[in-house]
Amino acid sequence: MSGPAWSPGPRAAGPPTGSVEISGLVVETAERDPRALVDGVDLAVAPGEALGIVGASGSGKSLTLRAVLGLLPGGTRVSAGSAEAGGRAGMVFQDPQTALDPLTRVGTHLVEALRARDTEQRIRAARGEVRSRALELLERVHLPDPERAFRAYPHELSGGQRQRVVIALALAGDPDVLLCDEPTTALDVTVQRRVLAELDGLRRERGLTLLFVSHDLAVVAALCERVAVMDRGRVVETGTIEQLQRDPRHPATRALLAAAPRLPDLEPFDGTGLASDGGAS
Amino acid sequence: MSSVRRIGLATLRTLGTVLPVMLGVVVGVFFLLRLVPGDPAQMILGERATPQAVAELHEQLGLDLPLWQQFGDFLGRLITQGDTGPSLVSGASTRDLILERAPISLGIVALALLLAVLITVPLALAAARRPNGPIDHAVRVIPAIGLGMPMFWIGLLLIIVFAVHLGWFPVGGVGTGAGEPIRSLILPALAVSLSLVPPLIRSLRAQLLEVVTADFVTTLRAARIPELRIWTRHILRGGALPTLALLSVNAATLIGGTLVIEKVFAINGIGMLLFTSIGSRDFPVVQGIALYCAVLVVLVGIAADALLGILDPRLRRGSAR
Amino acid sequence: MTAPRAAARSTFWSRARRSRTLAVGTGLAALLVLVALLAPVIAPYSPTAQDLTAGLLPPSPAHWLGTDELGRDVLSRILMAAQTDLRIAVTAAIAPFIIGVSVGLLSGYFGGAVDWTLSRVVDTVIAFPFYIIVIALVFALGAGEFGIVVAFALVGWTGYARVIRALAASMRDAGWVRAARGGGLSHARVILRHLLPNALPQAVVLLMTEIVLIMVAIVTLGYLGLGVRPPTPDWGAMLAEAQPFITSNWWLGVGPGLAVVLTGVALSLVADGLGDAWRVKR
Repeated sequence: MSGPAWSPGPRAAGPPTGSVEISGLVVETAERDPRALVDGVDLAVAPGEALGIVGASGSGKSLTLRAVLGLLPGGTRVSAGSAEAGGRAGMVFQDPQTALDPLTRVGTHLVEALRARDTEQRIRAARGEVRSRALELLERVHLPDPERAFRAYPHELSGGQRQRVVIALALAGDPDVLLCDEPTTALDVTVQRRVLAELDGLRRERGLTLLFVSHDLAVVAALCERVAVMDRGRVVETGTIEQLQRDPRHPATRALLAAAPRLPDLEPFDGTGLASDGGAS
Repeated sequence: MSSVRRIGLATLRTLGTVLPVMLGVVVGVFFLLRLVPGDPAQMILGERATPQAVAELHEQLGLDLPLWQQFGDFLGRLITQGDTGPSLVSGASTRDLILERAPISLGIVALALLLAVLITVPLALAAARRPNGPIDHAVRVIPAIGLGMPMFWIGLLLIIVFAVHLGWFPVGGVGTGAGEPIRSLILPALAVSLSLVPPLIRSLRAQLLEVVTADFVTTLRAARIPELRIWTRHILRGGALPTLALLSVNAATLIGGTLVIEKVFAINGIGMLLFTSIGSRDFPVVQGIALYCAVLVVLVGIAADALLGILDPRLRRGSAR
Repeated sequence: MTAPRAAARSTFWSRARRSRTLAVGTGLAALLVLVALLAPVIAPYSPTAQDLTAGLLPPSPAHWLGTDELGRDVLSRILMAAQTDLRIAVTAAIAPFIIGVSVGLLSGYFGGAVDWTLSRVVDTVIAFPFYIIVIALVFALGAGEFGIVVAFALVGWTGYARVIRALAASMRDAGWVRAARGGGLSHARVILRHLLPNALPQAVVLLMTEIVLIMVAIVTLGYLGLGVRPPTPDWGAMLAEAQPFITSNWWLGVGPGLAVVLTGVALSLVADGLGDAWRVKR
């Protein structure tokens, strides 16, 4: 991947740490007769910012996110433009049910991820030390009994607990940018709130940049200052959540607003509610 | 407490399906002798036997007793002695004749299993790594050719190439001396394993392709866990479990193939015993071999189920299925 | 109320006509059948004519595949054996097909105790290694064509039973079968008029591969001395006769085997082609 010429970052290739640059991104199906699924998307996220991408299913929002991660699903490819995160990127997936290897203990997932990170940094850590770091991560995402979760298989945890494990796994890579693909869609409403609070807290605590994809404006509103609306592979409207709510220009935006009539928390979560909220799962 | 009860229930359920099958196996083997058109005693002794000799054997086999009594005797002898009657040729217990030769036949089975895994895993991995690549195409074409290949003929071809022309292995028999027995068993085991490989590759490849697209693989890649480790530790394990179940289904093929291949390589195992007993019309021994093989297949099935339960944490305790 | 097959039929023919796999497979299979039928005409020598002075000749223009121990022409014997082996394979495949499809339909359609009982019977049969039970049965029934056909009728049907059972069970709860039942049709009519036509494509695709398996088994029985009685040529017996000469005249052990493989490939292609055209899984 060649870095864009305008990149002012500290490293020659790639945008500055903690930012995301998407320019002219086109993702196509890898067929003889390619169809554009993402059709010329430009987006920029500043370090520490939280940007929401909303759109109906098939609008290309998830593919855009996967392009930033550099792991497009099979049968698709980037045919023009670029999508890059400055620094390290971690990812949280939609369905915690399928996001973890069912045959592998939760702790092993974390230990493997931590070891991978260590290898990148040419660190050789002792076994016990890696284990305690993994337990720390589980504690950091407010899992009630980290020791038990460490030993558990994914199917032995609840949906909300599993999603916390997925977040912990993303944190194991010590990310600068956290990419979230509908991380709360598969969860029920109360668990949804806790996971959102978790993400908001992490963002504040660690200065993470957040790129958050959802079809649900209400969820995005709880977390992000700025929102991009996607429709049929293009970004059709961007603005703050208040702007969009007050003055939706594009039909797709109006449709999304109609689907989420109540915007519950325009106030972002305050960090203080976190401990009680998250610890009770 | 409840897990003890669940295990108890699972055992009962297994017994509920296994016992009828075991009984069916015994009934089937019992009726094998009664399938003979005409008088089995006459068939065993041949056309030129004296009527007196035929009548004697008729009585020895208990053929003049009522059918239910014959079956009772057969079952009783089986349960108390694990035996289907003394050999008509040597008078030896069929159980002893079979168990004497079991080690060499089981040796071929074990070696064939090992070779089948050693061939299947790398090929299926290579095929799944690059779907529609050259290896994948080859792997998908091979079963069509393999379907029509008699295993004994594969054995003959292996003898022609590796024993006659290259001289790497003996043409037949089992050598003595350090390492010789293993060397003698490699070609027969390879022939048996090759008949097993096509269905295994087909299954493992399909399972691997399914696991590769699973969300968790993206999670692991996003966590930048090395690709090699993702394949060996996660994808292969996930894909191998259903193939393991398939392997137990193929236990019968494996055992049957082993017995046939012994004839090709002149190996004195249970297969050879079967064919010499057929030659001398030694009915009880043929029945005993069929019975022991079927029981072994059933036991392998139970063991594979248990192993699957241990390897797949989702099936452990309180299995939903 | 109408079973979804009237529409499927026309597309089956259009897909079948376009399938290259099916064309190559049926072409090859037809060629093999033709060769088998015409064997007495096209075989250069009599398959049983012995010439002890010309035994074990290597391949030459006079004897393309050489001669065997008794001086018989190997090519002629392979051609004549095609007739025997194909005929027995097809004959022996009929009974298992009918039994297996019936058992599968009954098991899947009725479920419950019927299914449990039939499933245990299937479990029992497949507990016996196929070759062991076939060898034991042919031994008990007497070697030769009769023994082979009866043996396969007894144990060769489980493949169909398992596949058709699953299919029938899935159809039982489908709307159109319930509607037919609700419309007052008897069980027998529902099975014959609605389930059978929809299960048949799968069964026919399976039949192609089963014929190959049966043929391979017949050849194996011939090799073990339990097949067709000599001097009728049979690929298996030919291979058994070739084995003692494998160190000196190895080509004797190749030709008959290749004939089996070729038949297997042809029917495999037919099965694949039919499977694609009918949209059924193999």
